[in-house]
Amino acid sequence: MRTKLIILLSVLAGGLLAWNLHTIFLKVPDEASQGAVFRVFYFHFPAAVTSFSCFFVAMFSGLVYLRTRNLRYDAAAAAINEVAFTFALITLITGMIWGRIIWGIWWAWDPRITSYFICLLMYFGYFMMRRAIDEPHRRARLSAVLSVLASVDIVIVWKSIEWFRTQHPGPVLEIRGGGGMAPGMEAPLFWNVLAFLMLETALILVRMRQQSIQSEIESLRRYAHAF
Amino acid sequence: MDRNFEYMFYGFTAAWLIVIIYVIWIALRERRLRDELDRVKRMLEDQEREAKK
Repeated sequence: MRTKLIILLSVLAGGLLAWNLHTIFLKVPDEASQGAVFRVFYFHFPAAVTSFSCFFVAMFSGLVYLRTRNLRYDAAAAAINEVAFTFALITLITGMIWGRIIWGIWWAWDPRITSYFICLLMYFGYFMMRRAIDEPHRRARLSAVLSVLASVDIVIVWKSIEWFRTQHPGPVLEIRGGGGMAPGMEAPLFWNVLAFLMLETALILVRMRQQSIQSEIESLRRYAHAF
Repeated sequence: MDRNFEYMFYGFTAAWLIVIIYVIWIALRERRLRDELDRVKRMLEDQEREAKK
């Protein structure tokens, strides 16, 4: 059942991404002041939105672990955070490439980018910590706490362009009070959000399946040692 | 489409590269885990056979 769902989500995500790339490259015109490079936004924004959503889901999974002490929730949180981290990295790298040509610099220590960098460092620490602790419940407890702390930083990243004057552009989309995009330019962005969500869900399901295999290996090992 | 095309290309290449590298890493891990599971199951079967003798 899970394998079928993974295949279905992967095929749907792949098809939607192919259709979106066709639209982005062949239908959407160049942005007047930025030229072709503005198209990076079609990957930068969906990667940011979906990775942040996943980080929040992982945080709730961690909280459910703290309440139930069921390690399955901790395993799910770790799988979700790992996939979300990969997509957060896409956000950072594509943003740097866009900044190099539009701002003339790779990096600026402004509130949005700095808080984002801190967020990635916190999740990097999360994975390092998980590797360092062997006792499953201690690892799960500390992971859940770190996940909650990192989520606070995500809110700061999200709101930083409203709270501070930043090098990073302010809200673009109308739903966040920005000026909006030209007709026909906004729709592919939201389709890409959906495609990224499906791709990330498929990857999370694969990681969760791998964690089940890992648990099976560990329980079989324990059984073998009991002989 | 020509203005700043080069950096658009870099941006999309970087994004796809990260996804592809992650998918390959996951696939390799899946294969390693399945090999390990087979090995542990075989080891357990051998142990059970030895115990019956």
